[in-house]
Amino acid sequence: MKLKSPSLLYIIWMIIFTIIPMILVLFFAFTDNSGNFTFDNILNVGRYSSIFLRSIGLGGVSTIVCLALGYPLAYIISKIQVKSQSIIIMLIMLPMWMNFLLRTYAWMTILENNGLLNKLFSIFGIPPISLINTSWAVVLGMVYNFLPYMVLPIYSAISKIDKRIVEAAQDLGAGRRKVFSKVLLPLSVPGVISGITMVFVPAVSTFIISKMLGGGSNILIGDLIEMQFLGSTYNPHLGSAISFILMILILISIGIMNQFDDSDEVAINTNYR
Amino acid sequence: MGKNFIISLKNVTLSFNGHTVLKNFNLDIKNGDFVTLLGSSGCGKTTTLRLIGGFVQPDSGEIFFDGKNVTNLPAHKREVNTIFQNYALFPHLNVYENIAFGMRLQKKSEPEINKQVKKMLKMVSLSGFENRNITSLSGGQQQRVAIARALVNKPKVLLLDEPLGALDLKLRKDMQTELKKIQQQMGITFIFVTHDQEEALSMSDTVVVMDKGSIQQIGSPQDIYNEPQNAFVANFIGESNIIDGVMCKDYIVKFAGRKFDCLDSGFSKMENVDVVIRPEDIEVTSPEKGHISGTVTSVTFKGVHYEIIVDIDGFKWMIQSTENQQPGDIIGLILQPDDIHIMKKSEHSGEYGDYSAFSDEMYKVYEEKQHPKKRKAGVKK
Repeated sequence: MKLKSPSLLYIIWMIIFTIIPMILVLFFAFTDNSGNFTFDNILNVGRYSSIFLRSIGLGGVSTIVCLALGYPLAYIISKIQVKSQSIIIMLIMLPMWMNFLLRTYAWMTILENNGLLNKLFSIFGIPPISLINTSWAVVLGMVYNFLPYMVLPIYSAISKIDKRIVEAAQDLGAGRRKVFSKVLLPLSVPGVISGITMVFVPAVSTFIISKMLGGGSNILIGDLIEMQFLGSTYNPHLGSAISFILMILILISIGIMNQFDDSDEVAINTNYR
Repeated sequence: MGKNFIISLKNVTLSFNGHTVLKNFNLDIKNGDFVTLLGSSGCGKTTTLRLIGGFVQPDSGEIFFDGKNVTNLPAHKREVNTIFQNYALFPHLNVYENIAFGMRLQKKSEPEINKQVKKMLKMVSLSGFENRNITSLSGGQQQRVAIARALVNKPKVLLLDEPLGALDLKLRKDMQTELKKIQQQMGITFIFVTHDQEEALSMSDTVVVMDKGSIQQIGSPQDIYNEPQNAFVANFIGESNIIDGVMCKDYIVKFAGRKFDCLDSGFSKMENVDVVIRPEDIEVTSPEKGHISGTVTSVTFKGVHYEIIVDIDGFKWMIQSTENQQPGDIIGLILQPDDIHIMKKSEHSGEYGDYSAFSDEMYKVYEEKQHPKKRKAGVKK
């Protein structure tokens, strides 16, 4: 019994803060105002499929941009001197310690119609461009906010690779490009996968970025859920149903990602048959 | 330079962060030889291997491979393959793909790759392990995969960086025999790095003894053991009693208070020398019959023999004998002329050869306790 008591504490914690809230969400999602069981909430979610698609689309684009920017960055950092590595990692993490809201506000002042960027353009005689309240502004905000979550896991995966394995590849005749494609890239796949998960999940469910940078025409799932609880269209049952569907979608996408990781190994194993 | 040298290092100097690892290093390696670079850690033996493999470039000097200057050729273009200390197998590939790695880079055909991999697996007795995950293999099996992965590319030279260090004693002995067999079968040059003198003696055609970035002696295992060139080699290879002596004239040497016949000549008259006597060469007899005599101070049973420490006028000798002695006994020692080996004095003279503290490690511990700041100095009287 003595051995069990510490884990018991965590079990109680998880019951209070994970299991019970989950049950509450499910309860709200499948009941109406008078507490009767109903599928209406779930079926109503279908009306917002365009918002779901937009969220997944913008989240997906942001994830791809983060990967395209983050992988080379992580790779370059892992190549430089160890001392400078920690400084650069520190610089990448630094904005994360600044309040999320503040960072997004900063982008508002930059992108506004008479914001910093358009003022800069006018100096060079370029007519003002409408930057804010576009889906690109939302993607920019997501990339800016979530890039560190892509860089850090990839960097840690690459820097964990034993240098002697790289030397072994060189020894067997691999030049720089082959070392990358045949050793570094496949060995960093776990980092890429956790990077994608860590960017995609918050990007799909964010609401503050789209609200501040996307205007009224770029409502995402997060905004939709917020409206059901805090907005004028108060409807916690629908809000719970949307949350529930979103959770299912995220679980499916994580499942697909992990599948990709495993199938990669299987493909190598069956390569020569 | 020489046509039958597969690898030559000419005046190679290399330093890391201002610390000189190799200085004016010259080494020629004959084609088909099993060469061992032997020395304690930090002597530059692994660096020498990495220079040959192309993983580091020398500050100055040149490296020749088969007569061609390869000093600035990167590792992936050199016709040598390496077996790394921790094997460095690719964790994301299975056994088959690890071995096929080099051939795939050379764009060999799939049937050819299949044939060669199967052949190699058979040679290292791992047939049927094709689909196994690297992490599911034991140390010895990983070692075999590493050997197969390197040899499948038919290198002219195979570099081995302490490949047996991580294996247990029994497995290490087996792999020693196996490596030697493979080397003879394939007829390629092996350059083997180790700090284990026994391993070096039992496997090599040529042993290169190194210390502090320079070569102390190159020779066959027999030469290295029987005719060490200086006190460092004599101490590093096996156990030795190293005594101060004086060469009276050719074939006569004086040490331990009397003259002995010996087989060495060519020293100047009354030249100070180091005299090496191997513990197993000394014959124990009664005090009256011995050339010299002393008091037994300690006896350790080692299985094959007893290790007996004898105090002769304050200098502690080590004797290996199959007969037991009691501490406190006075015994005589017989030294035949061919038991006595004479070396010129060197920078290493006085550093080794006395068994006062019974073993170097014991002495260091003792020394650090007594004089924490003083480094180990000569312990001779």
